[in-house]
Amino acid sequence: MIKKSFWGLSTPQINYEMLPVHLPQTEKIPTPERITLFHPKNEALNQPLAWGIGDPVKTGQKLSLYPDQNDYVISPVTGKISSLSPYTGDFAKNYMAITIRSDDNEIFDDTFQKQIQSPTLELMSDYLKGAPGNPPLSLLADSNGQIKTIVIRGLDPDPMVATSQYIAQSRMKELENGIRILKEVSAVQDIILITAGESVQGYGHIGARVKNVKAVYPAALPHMIMKDVLGQVVPAGKTCEDLGVCFFTAEAVISIGSAFASGQIATSKILTFIQKNGTRKILEARIGTPIGDILRAYGETVNEFDRIIFGGPMTGSAVYALEHPVQPDTDSIIVVDRDKAAYVSDYPCINCGECVRICPAKIQVHMLVRYLEANLYENAADNYDLYSCIECGLCSYVCISKIPIFQYIKLAKYELERTKTPEAADA
Amino acid sequence: MLEKTDVLEQHTTLGQKKLIVSHAPFYHSGHRVTERSYHTILASLPALLMGFYHYGMPAFGVVCLSIAAALFWELLINLITRRSITIGDGNAALLGLVFAMLIPATMPWWAVITGTFIVIVIGKQIFGGIGSNAFHPVALAVAILMLSWKFLFDFDAALLNYDLEFATIYPLTAVKYFGAASADNFSLIDLLLGRQLGGIGSTFGLGLLIGGIYLMLRGFIRWEISLTFLAGVYLTAFVFNLFDPARFAPPAFHLLTGYTLIGAFFLATEDSSSPVNFVPMLIYGAAGGIMTVLIRNIGAWVDGVILAVLVINLISPLLDKIMPRALGKVM
Repeated sequence: MIKKSFWGLSTPQINYEMLPVHLPQTEKIPTPERITLFHPKNEALNQPLAWGIGDPVKTGQKLSLYPDQNDYVISPVTGKISSLSPYTGDFAKNYMAITIRSDDNEIFDDTFQKQIQSPTLELMSDYLKGAPGNPPLSLLADSNGQIKTIVIRGLDPDPMVATSQYIAQSRMKELENGIRILKEVSAVQDIILITAGESVQGYGHIGARVKNVKAVYPAALPHMIMKDVLGQVVPAGKTCEDLGVCFFTAEAVISIGSAFASGQIATSKILTFIQKNGTRKILEARIGTPIGDILRAYGETVNEFDRIIFGGPMTGSAVYALEHPVQPDTDSIIVVDRDKAAYVSDYPCINCGECVRICPAKIQVHMLVRYLEANLYENAADNYDLYSCIECGLCSYVCISKIPIFQYIKLAKYELERTKTPEAADA
Repeated sequence: MLEKTDVLEQHTTLGQKKLIVSHAPFYHSGHRVTERSYHTILASLPALLMGFYHYGMPAFGVVCLSIAAALFWELLINLITRRSITIGDGNAALLGLVFAMLIPATMPWWAVITGTFIVIVIGKQIFGGIGSNAFHPVALAVAILMLSWKFLFDFDAALLNYDLEFATIYPLTAVKYFGAASADNFSLIDLLLGRQLGGIGSTFGLGLLIGGIYLMLRGFIRWEISLTFLAGVYLTAFVFNLFDPARFAPPAFHLLTGYTLIGAFFLATEDSSSPVNFVPMLIYGAAGGIMTVLIRNIGAWVDGVILAVLVINLISPLLDKIMPRALGKVM
């Protein structure tokens, strides 16, 4: 994963790869024998589970482990729950991993179908949060009309990933349907579809404003879209939602559109799969499919110390197990051979300034990283704009000392958040 | 083979393939510190080879001793401080080489050893190693040697026994003590082609320019610093020359003599002691150029580059406070 430029006068740039005019076909991964779902879990509450091992589930059925809470997952298969176990994800997020052994004959749950005559935000929030693309529906439902603009990503934020791009170009009918429903149920009238390259044609009836961004990373990251397309700079420490803008992936909108058209909640995730040799495929797999099944379907062998990346090369993270399932927001899976992976080092910063020149947020990264290396997170936030970071990872990409700057930044934000939460609880 | 186990079970299953877990980015530009050092060494070769051509075996010996001694000091400090061995990154070799390029071919061995000791130990390692030095280690070492043993840098005396086919007087000494008219003894072509007295690798103007342009194009040094340094020298010398042409040499002469070019490309641009933002780099470079000519024309020293570089190194952290406002910064 090394992208080297010979000349060094200008800052290096990473381009988004546009799909060819003749879109590739999606390749379908067969339904696996076991699927795993991650149900969010509140560690503080030790509640009894509403579901147990051996309970039968239908395709599209809502599984809410803790009935008092709003969290739920949608079963993508028909079968029996074969295990329930706690799982800790990135940044110590707690989940219950629900494993379902799938049956051959599929029965669709019709609870949702009975209610689709009158689409409301509450209904969508009750059933479609876990649909492919993870539509941020509870955010929309809880905003009390604060959200004024919905931005639909027809371009994936990460280079190499082509999932949103593919969907925005191949499923215009459903996209249009989804946009219409979103407008109906929410007060939001301003909907923007983000594209890049020459794909603007054909969106005439889509019902959204179509905006083109430069096909250069990080133009499709939320903060950059806010700045370049909407002309609003997100103040440090605030989110796009605070400014009344909410981001949907194209797939999330499609999920809404198809759910109301067919009465069935979509259970297959479209994702970009990049093999070790660089071949890029667009796959369709059931949510919960273990990555091992996908690798086996393509005869991809994984050796010790290889990496399997969920998400893009600039913002994703590598997982540790072949059992790791495809989740509703897994837009891409990249397999990287250990010889081609970029490693980090503990070499000191030599003050070359490459990070400062490439930073789209104009942060003094060379100073910031000195604070972060010394665990002085609060000073970093006060003096060197930690919260201005838009998390694009370009600083780590150019660092000639291979300092894991982006990782330090993520850690610092996480640690500061952790110290803040107990303080707020005390007050 | 993939075992069909549940998530909890596989947590505890031993003997499965270990994957590396890490967070993005998984891309890297592929540029490394080592590459930077070795390409800078490569860029210094044209000027260095001309030095060997003029001064022969003694020059070669001095360069070899200097690099070897620099590596030795680096290794020694690595071992004493029990840190990882860093001689492989090429930085110590580069510093040893740049030091050798600045000194006359007849530098005594003990001075080379002492000089490299100052470069590596005092200039670099006691600040915390690469990236932590406030001053260019070589500039610091040369300044200390110049103050301690003034005769070491008297190029006229040092190179007295050489039979060279060009004027055997250090150009800057000539204009300092015999007036600007003596600058006429040196044609610009001669200066450009290295037909002048000076340090082993600091006289061949054309070679240094080629090396410098290569480094700038590849991004190993910043053009903002080098070009403003040269512009600072040129403009200041031009103003002086305009004011009193009989006393002060013309600007082109200042550009091609002494340490000007090696200073602009190899000394002022050193990463850790120079600023990183655009405007600070311009000010930093220009200040270096201006200081150089001020010291040469009205100061006590024949050449001002070394001291000018140290002065701008000193103001570099302050200059870097001139920085752009971060995205969404709340004042």
